[in-house]
Amino acid sequence: MNLVKLENIWKIYDGITALEDISLEIRHGETFATMGPSGSGKTTLLKIMAALDEATKGVVYYDGGKVDKNLRDYVRSKSTMVFQKTVLFNTTVYKNVAYGLKIRHYSGSDIKRRVKETLSLMNIERYEEKPAKKLSGGEQQRVSLARALVLEPELLLLDEPTANLDLANATKIEEIIKSIKGETTIVLATHNLFQARRLSDRIALIINGSVVEQGPSEELFRNPRNEKTKDFINGKTVF
Amino acid sequence: MVWEIVEGIISAFRLIASGDPTVLGITLRSIQISGLATILAAMWSLPLGLIISLKMFTGKRVVKGVFNAALGVPTVALGLFLYLLLSRAGPFGIFELMFSTTAITIGQSILITPIMVSFTTSAMESVDPEIKDLAETLGASEAQASMSVFKEALGGVVLAVIASFNRAISELGVALMLGGNIRGLTRVLTTTIALETTRGEIVLGIAMTIILVMVVFALSLTVNLLQKGRA
Repeated sequence: MNLVKLENIWKIYDGITALEDISLEIRHGETFATMGPSGSGKTTLLKIMAALDEATKGVVYYDGGKVDKNLRDYVRSKSTMVFQKTVLFNTTVYKNVAYGLKIRHYSGSDIKRRVKETLSLMNIERYEEKPAKKLSGGEQQRVSLARALVLEPELLLLDEPTANLDLANATKIEEIIKSIKGETTIVLATHNLFQARRLSDRIALIINGSVVEQGPSEELFRNPRNEKTKDFINGKTVF
Repeated sequence: MVWEIVEGIISAFRLIASGDPTVLGITLRSIQISGLATILAAMWSLPLGLIISLKMFTGKRVVKGVFNAALGVPTVALGLFLYLLLSRAGPFGIFELMFSTTAITIGQSILITPIMVSFTTSAMESVDPEIKDLAETLGASEAQASMSVFKEALGGVVLAVIASFNRAISELGVALMLGGNIRGLTRVLTTTIALETTRGEIVLGIAMTIILVMVVFALSLTVNLLQKGRA
């Protein structure tokens, strides 16, 4: 059963086509990577899946239901997105992580317990009362991830979660993603093909807003069928 | 001349320290009128700033341009315009508001609306545009997400409110034309300064000026300290 299904999605901004006729299916519990160079439309695609943006043409289904204005809030209550650029509220780490739980009307004791557990999982519990914006880049990204994971979303959308991090911090984030694999459905947008291979079950290669090839990760890397996929895997320019 | 000014300042402080009931009355009336005008203007200006900054609509740039242009409206011009509206022969003459503190309050609230709207819009637009998306992806409704943006811009919004109050309490044109500078009734700090200076009562004029500056500084300083404490 698919959790998300995209049917012939187009996104056009001011006459510029960002996404062109994209059809994808994301299965329950899998980790799916949308891989491609910067500016290929990965973020736009994730925002459409998160019901933060609307497709110009095409249909999005979530758990079998057609996503329209009536289903938008439901999708947002079931999914959450972590942005490429770390976005934090101008408050403490605790309040940042607790935000979504408060919005969802969890009890005070539940919020406290879940926030503390998640901060501990992320190894940032000692920064609980610190202003989130005063932390290092890696720690800030862990706060972003904690804020998403604390909600235990059915669908977790990660937009280049390690793009701005050093190797040590990127490895930590990858370990956290691996630790939740299977528990939740993850859609990962990345330009890093090694990361896509390490973390995902299936991959779609997106170039210039179109899906060039999609399939199981290992298969796509071992036997790429499309010339552009071969070029991308071999590090050649594919624009 | 310099000695006269120094003498005036010393005498002014003596007048303030003595708790002169006239001086105290004028000061409290000024704070009350301009405070009410600020509250009144905030009731429509803050939501307006929120809408202009967060909503996409046709003519948005024109609306912003109009409010920015209105920042420089001369207080005398606005005072005259409202005088024509509120005077007995005017369309709102039946309310008999002329030469009352209510008239000054209404006039000042209109005067400071462009300041509050423009500064609030600017403060809201300086917030990372992804904050709204972030709030929404964490489950916030459109209204809750807008409130989150508002909270992020709170420092700038408070500044907009303070600047508006300071503009209101420091203006002369509206208070003079709509209030009439009636002793014990509509006389405020700025109209007293103008009157006493033209009458040659420099000491009283300086005293009122010092009070006016002290009110403006004290408010700005208090809010600044509160914000630092909150950060």
